[in-house]
Amino acid sequence: MTTSNTSRVPTSDPQPPPTVLTEDVRPPTLVDRAQRLLHAQATLGPAGVLLLTIVAFSVIAPNFLAPANISLILQQTAVIGTLALGQTLIILTMGIDLSVGSIMVLCSIVMGRLSADFGVPGPLALLVGLACGMACGLFNGLLVTRVKLPPFIVTLGSLNIFFALNLWFSRSETVRGTDMSQVLLWTGQVVTVGGMRLTYGSLLMLVICALLAYALHRTRWGRHVYATGDDREAARLAGVRVDRILLSVYAVAGLVYAVGAWILIGRIASASPQAGVMDNLDSITAVVLGGTSLFGGRGLIIGTVMGALIVGVCRNGLSLAGVDVLWQNFAVGVLVILAVSLDQWIRKARR
Amino acid sequence: MTHAPWTRRALAAAAGTGLALSLAACSDAGADDGEVLVGLITKTETNPFFVKMKEGAEAAADEHGVTLQSFSGDYDGDNESQVQAVENLIAAGADGILVTPNDSEAIVPALDQARAAGIMVIALDTPTEPEDAVDATFATDNFLAGEYIGQWAAARFEAEGVEPRVAMLDLNPNQIAVDVARDQGFLQGLGVDIADPGQIGDEDDDRIVGHDVTEGAEEGGRTAMENLLQRDPDINLVYTINEPAAAGAYEALNAAGVAEDVVIVSVDGGCPGVENVEGGLLGATSMQFPLDMAAQGVDAVVEYAASGRTPEPSEGLDFVDTGVELITDEPVDGVESQDSAWGLENCWG
Repeated sequence: MTTSNTSRVPTSDPQPPPTVLTEDVRPPTLVDRAQRLLHAQATLGPAGVLLLTIVAFSVIAPNFLAPANISLILQQTAVIGTLALGQTLIILTMGIDLSVGSIMVLCSIVMGRLSADFGVPGPLALLVGLACGMACGLFNGLLVTRVKLPPFIVTLGSLNIFFALNLWFSRSETVRGTDMSQVLLWTGQVVTVGGMRLTYGSLLMLVICALLAYALHRTRWGRHVYATGDDREAARLAGVRVDRILLSVYAVAGLVYAVGAWILIGRIASASPQAGVMDNLDSITAVVLGGTSLFGGRGLIIGTVMGALIVGVCRNGLSLAGVDVLWQNFAVGVLVILAVSLDQWIRKARR
Repeated sequence: MTHAPWTRRALAAAAGTGLALSLAACSDAGADDGEVLVGLITKTETNPFFVKMKEGAEAAADEHGVTLQSFSGDYDGDNESQVQAVENLIAAGADGILVTPNDSEAIVPALDQARAAGIMVIALDTPTEPEDAVDATFATDNFLAGEYIGQWAAARFEAEGVEPRVAMLDLNPNQIAVDVARDQGFLQGLGVDIADPGQIGDEDDDRIVGHDVTEGAEEGGRTAMENLLQRDPDINLVYTINEPAAAGAYEALNAAGVAEDVVIVSVDGGCPGVENVEGGLLGATSMQFPLDMAAQGVDAVVEYAASGRTPEPSEGLDFVDTGVELITDEPVDGVESQDSAWGLENCWG
């Protein structure tokens, strides 16, 4: 783990003068210990919430714990989860990406139409689609690093640009899976493991998660990403080529969104110009629930998959229990607010 | 209700064209320069239904030799852009405005201004609230569209002697008029006591497994179907709000290995949906006619510009019914239908 925060949890602080910070002399209570532990271990929060929701729904909802249902939640989470993995990279650098949904839809239409309408071989259509995602990411990254615009503004603009390109290239028509190469539909195929019906798409999300976790926590690039998000100026003074790191983060995120597009095609067996319009907000929800701080530099990639699963578990569980949809939205909203409150509280951990 | 929309539409189109030709020479109402200006305001630029509506309006405007100005909301529910479009059309001296309101109530004050300026206003597809805020409404009878697929499903299940176990895949939690009408029409056609016809989900019938929402999209349809199947794996009949949701539902059923045993019905008549009827993925769908809806709207404006006459509602309805047709390759007794070959010739999108 390379977050700069971990180093700020020393076990033996020198006692501060009692006259200045009187409340600090009391021995740490159980709550204090929990707060410090959560501060040190960023995944504990989301893991705990995920466990709690699973336990709760296994009591409330019939069939919830059946292996088929558990694997179903993983399938339902694959698209948002993958988008959220890319989003996590950007949020770690203190940015935000509002254009995720647009990039994904554009990539899925590029893949689908190249294969179905232009007769491009499947693997090539896939590669062009992935390159398209990366190009969209680079477009955002260049505006952030060269023109020095805030990521919020850049991606607010590019959201519209990419979506318009999507409508133009798709002619607002859905591309049917039956017209496409099998390569593009591969992510929807199922492997059965012990009653679990896993799609290659959901496994692909886990692979991307593992790759990104490795890159963030075991490579110099990863350390520089955290450093850039934690304190850009300090990182620059320490010799990190901040602009290059940012550009690479946007490009990798774009590539990850394009993988999300591939997973989406497999899931709905088509490429629809209307799919995923709301996915930018859902991906941010997953990142936040996963314990990554919107203020940059703090968070773990594995938490994001947990965050996406928390939403998936809630929606699936409430649906199985026969709860009206508007209360599903309500529950997800409450969870987001609780998660951010928890994050704020953890940040105040006594040193 | 008896329906022969095809012949009626043909007649209407012929009559409209004839009128336009005879009146083009002596047209003096409307725009100052003597040219007829028709404004079209759709919900969004993205939905293929409205893309086709625009195409229909453009074709009709070309045919009549009148000018068409098109606008749309930026997103579903965007009233602000539509109000601006109305204001622009008033300023441009339009003769008539065809509008598909994003917000049936909030658009009304802007439409009042337009009518005060002598512009005829026609609501397309979605009525305003109140409905008399416009001179006429040209729309699909969505309740009837739902009723057709309900009657078809009822006849099919009765013939096979099977009790339906029904999943209802609706639009979203907002209970908007089109969603409610199709849902309730379907249940009525199926023979369910629908309780309050303005309320989705208030029925008390053991045959209904549950309702879920889809946002009218593939992904939403798939997720909703997956969740309802978890609740009850014996579902054998699926109602869907539209064909993208139906396509998603099919993927879920196929993944669960039960697609062969489940009948899906839907509404819309988009070409991908009709292809799914042909391919056996969809049992039946009710077809709407957005191209005609828009073309008839343009015809009406042309007539208004010439004679000042506004359209009369269809018999027994408070709007002009632009027709709905049941499309299936497995016709049942007592429900009039067309096959998918006819559907492919007449589909939109």
